[in-house]
Amino acid sequence: MISWSNFVSQLFNGLALGALLALISSGLTIIYGTLGVLNLAHGAMFMLGGYAGFVAYQATGSFAIAVIAGTLFLGVVGVVMERVIIRHFYSRPHEDQLLVTFGLSIVYVEAVRFFFSSQSQTVQPPKLLTGITSLGFMVYPTYRLAVVGIVAVALAALFIVLYRTRLGMIVRAGIEDSLMVDSLGINVDRVFMVVFGIGAMAAGFAGIVNAPVVSLTPDVGEAILVQTFVVIVIGGVGSFTGAILGGLIAGEIISITSMFNPGYAYVMLFAAMTIVLMVRPQGLLGTKGRE
Amino acid sequence: MTGKRMRGKQAGMMTSSVMRSHQFGLVEIMTGIALIAVPLILPYLGSAPNTVNRILVWGLFGIGFDILFGYTGLLSFGQSALYGTGGFVTAYLLTRAGFPYVIPALIIGMVVAAIVGYLVGLVALRRTGIYFAMITVAIAEVFYFVEFNPLAEYTGGENGLPGVPTPSIPLGFTTLHFTTGWSLYPFLAFCYFIGIVVALRIVRSPVGTIFRAIRENPLRAAAVGHNVHGYKLTAFVIAAAYAGIAGGLLGVLQAFMPPEAFTFDTSGQLVIQTAIGGRGTLFGPLLGAAVWLFLQDFLQATLKLGAAWKLVLGLVFVVLVVFLRHGIIGGIVDLYRWLRRGRRGAADVDEMPADVGTDGSAEVDEGATTQPVTLPNRDAPQYAGPILKATGLTKHYGGVIANADIDFSVDRGELRGIIGPNGAGKSTFFKMLTCEVPPTSGTIVFEGRDITRMRVTDVCQLGLTKSYQVNQLFNRLTVRENVTIAALAALRGKFRLDMMRSLAKIPGLHEQVEHTLELVNLSKRRDTPVSELAYGEKRRLEVGLALASSPRLLLLDEPLAGMSPAERVETVKLLKSIAQGRTMIIIDHDMDALFELAERITVLQEGRVLVEGTPEEIKGNAKVQEAYLGGVHGVIDAQTAVA
Repeated sequence: MISWSNFVSQLFNGLALGALLALISSGLTIIYGTLGVLNLAHGAMFMLGGYAGFVAYQATGSFAIAVIAGTLFLGVVGVVMERVIIRHFYSRPHEDQLLVTFGLSIVYVEAVRFFFSSQSQTVQPPKLLTGITSLGFMVYPTYRLAVVGIVAVALAALFIVLYRTRLGMIVRAGIEDSLMVDSLGINVDRVFMVVFGIGAMAAGFAGIVNAPVVSLTPDVGEAILVQTFVVIVIGGVGSFTGAILGGLIAGEIISITSMFNPGYAYVMLFAAMTIVLMVRPQGLLGTKGRE
Repeated sequence: MTGKRMRGKQAGMMTSSVMRSHQFGLVEIMTGIALIAVPLILPYLGSAPNTVNRILVWGLFGIGFDILFGYTGLLSFGQSALYGTGGFVTAYLLTRAGFPYVIPALIIGMVVAAIVGYLVGLVALRRTGIYFAMITVAIAEVFYFVEFNPLAEYTGGENGLPGVPTPSIPLGFTTLHFTTGWSLYPFLAFCYFIGIVVALRIVRSPVGTIFRAIRENPLRAAAVGHNVHGYKLTAFVIAAAYAGIAGGLLGVLQAFMPPEAFTFDTSGQLVIQTAIGGRGTLFGPLLGAAVWLFLQDFLQATLKLGAAWKLVLGLVFVVLVVFLRHGIIGGIVDLYRWLRRGRRGAADVDEMPADVGTDGSAEVDEGATTQPVTLPNRDAPQYAGPILKATGLTKHYGGVIANADIDFSVDRGELRGIIGPNGAGKSTFFKMLTCEVPPTSGTIVFEGRDITRMRVTDVCQLGLTKSYQVNQLFNRLTVRENVTIAALAALRGKFRLDMMRSLAKIPGLHEQVEHTLELVNLSKRRDTPVSELAYGEKRRLEVGLALASSPRLLLLDEPLAGMSPAERVETVKLLKSIAQGRTMIIIDHDMDALFELAERITVLQEGRVLVEGTPEEIKGNAKVQEAYLGGVHGVIDAQTAVA
C-alpha cells in the first residue's frame, strides 16, 4: 500500500523534477520566443552540461567547480553554435531549423558516446549535501532537497535577467514583436547570440545539477527533451512563467503516477497535455496567436 | 471543350501540361523497370539483399511521410507511433493470434494505423508549426511506453514479437513463397510499387494540389474556401496508413517485430532520410534510405568505424541541411536548371515574354473568348434586398476601438468604394465582413443569411471573398496552380476526398482557370512561378485568386497599393471589366481611381462612418476634406489633397 510518507516523498520528487524541467524549458522557451527557433538539440545540450561537469569533477573533485564548468562550457557551445550555424537559419523555414538542430543533437549525443562510451557515469554530490535529511515525519535525500533550492535560485536569477535588466526587456519585447525591436535600432544580432548562450547555459546548469540524481548516459537528454515539449505545450510558448508552471505540473504528474505504475507516467502526462490543448490551445499562460 | 483548348500557343502549353498528368505511366513505368532491374544488377555489386529490402520498407514508410511533410508541410517527429502500431497489430495477428494470412494481416495493420492516425491527428493538429512537431514527439513517446508496459502482454514488451511468417500466395497451379533475402524482394518491391502508384495519383489529384496550397499558405487556402483542418487530417491519415503497412512489412522482413520500431530514433531516421533524399518528391525517402543504409554498412563494415558511424552520418546530415536545402533530388534539379541556364544564357532573354514591360504590366489580352462557368452550387438564393447588410458593427482590440457602430449596406450589382485616412479602421472592417476576425458586437447579413459568427472558409463557400492588401499567394507554385487552388474550392466545395481523380478530369476547372487568367490578364504568365512575377502581376494574381472562386460579392483591400502610375491605369481598367455583373467593395487610398470606379463612396474616420454618397457628393463634402486635411476649411479639391 502507499503510505503517507511515501506519497509526500513522491511530491518532493515531483517538485525536484518539476523545478529542473522548469529551468530547462525556460531556456528553450526564451530561445524560441526571441529567435523563433525551436532548438531540438536542447536535450542534448542538457546532457552535454552533465558530461562537461563530469569531466571537471574528475579533474578537480569539486562539485562546485563542476557546476561552474558545465554551465560555462554550455554557454560557449551555445554561442559558437548560434554564430556558426543557427543564425543562418533565422530566415529559413521552421522545418529547416528543426532539421538542423535535430542533426546537431545527433552529433552531440554520438560525439559523447564516442568519447565516453554508452556506459553510465556517476557524479557524487558535494559532501555537505550527501546523506539524508529528516523532515520530522519522513526522511529524504539531502541532495534532492538541495536541487529544489539550487534550481529555484537559478530560476530567480533568470527572472531577474528577464524582468529587471535592459537585456531582459529587449528579450521580452522581442518575444512580443521581433520586427518592431529590430526597427527600434537595437542590435538584434548580438541579443540573439546572448539569448542563445543564456538558454544553453540554463540547459547545461540543469544537466550538471541533475547528474548526481540520475546516472549520466549519452541518451539522458532525449527523455528530458520530450518532457520539456510537454511542459511548453502546457505552459505556453514564449512564456517564462508558463514554463515554470508547466514544469511543476509535469514533474508532479510524472512522480505521482510513477508511485502507482511508472509505465503510465507518460500516458498521464499526455492526457494532461491533451486536456490543455482541447481547453486552452495556446497553453495555460500562453498568448493566442503565438506560434 | 477540346475546341477551346486549341487556342494558339498558350492553349498548346496548357494542353501539354495537362497531358503530363494524363500521361499516366511514365514515372510509374520507370519505377517498375528500376524495381525489376535491381535484383538483376545489385547482387553483382555485392549488395546484401537484406539492405535492399530494408531500403524498400523505409522508402514505403517515407512515401506517406513525404505526403505529410514534403507536400502538406507538416513536420511530424512522431511517425514511429504509427509504424509501430501497424507493425505490432500485424505481427500480433500472425503470431499470438494464430491468424494465418499474411497479406490480410498487413492490410488490417494498415487500417488500424490509419484509425489511430486519425485520433492522433485530432490532437496533434490542434496546433501548427513547431507546436505540431512537439506534440507529435510527445505522442510517439507515449506509444513507446505503452508498448513496453501496459500492453507488454500483447506486444512482448522489450522482447518484441518473434516468429512473424513470410507471405505465400497460392495461384492455383502453384504457390509463390516469399522467404528471405532476394526471395522476399519481389513481394516488397510490389508493395512499394503499389504504394508509389497510389501516392502519385494522390499528389496529382485535387487533394494533392490543396496539400501543397496548405504548405505554401494555409491562411489563404482557408480563405479561398478549403477546409484546411480536414485536409491536414487527411494527409496525416494517409501518412499513418503508409507507416502502418511499412511497420507490418518490417516484421515480415525480419521475421520478428522489434520494439525499437516505436522509438524516437525511428521517427528521427525517417525525417533524416526524407530530408537527405529530398522532400516533396515521393522518391526522396527511398533515395535517402539508400544513402543512409549503404553508408551505414560502408562505415561499419568497410571502414571499421564501429559505433562512430552515427556520428559521421550526423555530421553529414547537418552539412547537407545547411548547404543542400532540398536534399539530393532537389540538388540535382537545381544543378540541371543551372546548367541549362548557363548553356542557353542569352537565348533566354529573348524568350522572355515581350509584353512584360518595366512596369510589369501586360497588354490587355484582346479576343478573350472563354466564358465563365456557371457554378451549380453557387446559385444565388432567392432573396430581395441588399446583398450585404452590417448593423452596429463594432470591434475593440483591448482598449482600442477599431470600428464603432458601423451601419453599412450594399445592393446587388453595386460597386462601392471605401475611403478614409490611415487608421480609420477600413481593413478591420473588411476582416469582419469576411469573418477573419469576429466583431465585438453587431451583425453581418449576407444575402439574407446571418454570417456574423461563421468562419472565413464557409463565408467564401457562400460566395463572399476578399483580395488582400498584402499579397497572400502560394509562392512556390505557378500562376495557374494558384488560380486552380481557388477554383477547386468553388467547384468541389470545402472538403472532398477525390484523391484518385486527376485534376484534368474535373468538369469546368480548365474553363474556370482560363477565364480567370484572362480576366486578370495573366494568361501568358500561367506557367511562371509566383516568386518570379513582377509586383504588378502579383497584385493582379491576388485579385485573380479571389475571382477564381466566382464570388457574388468581392471585397478588394487596396488593390492599387504600391503600384506605379502606369500599373494603376491598367489595374483600374481591369477592375472596370471585372465589375461587370459583380458586386464589389473596394478600399483604396487612390481617390481618383475610386471616384472613377465606384458608384457610391463610404468614408470612414476613426472607426465610424463619416459620410456616404456619390463621388460628386463626397468630393464637395466639407467634412471629408476636414478629415483628410485636419481642420483646413475652404474649398480644396480633394484630388489635389491626395496627390
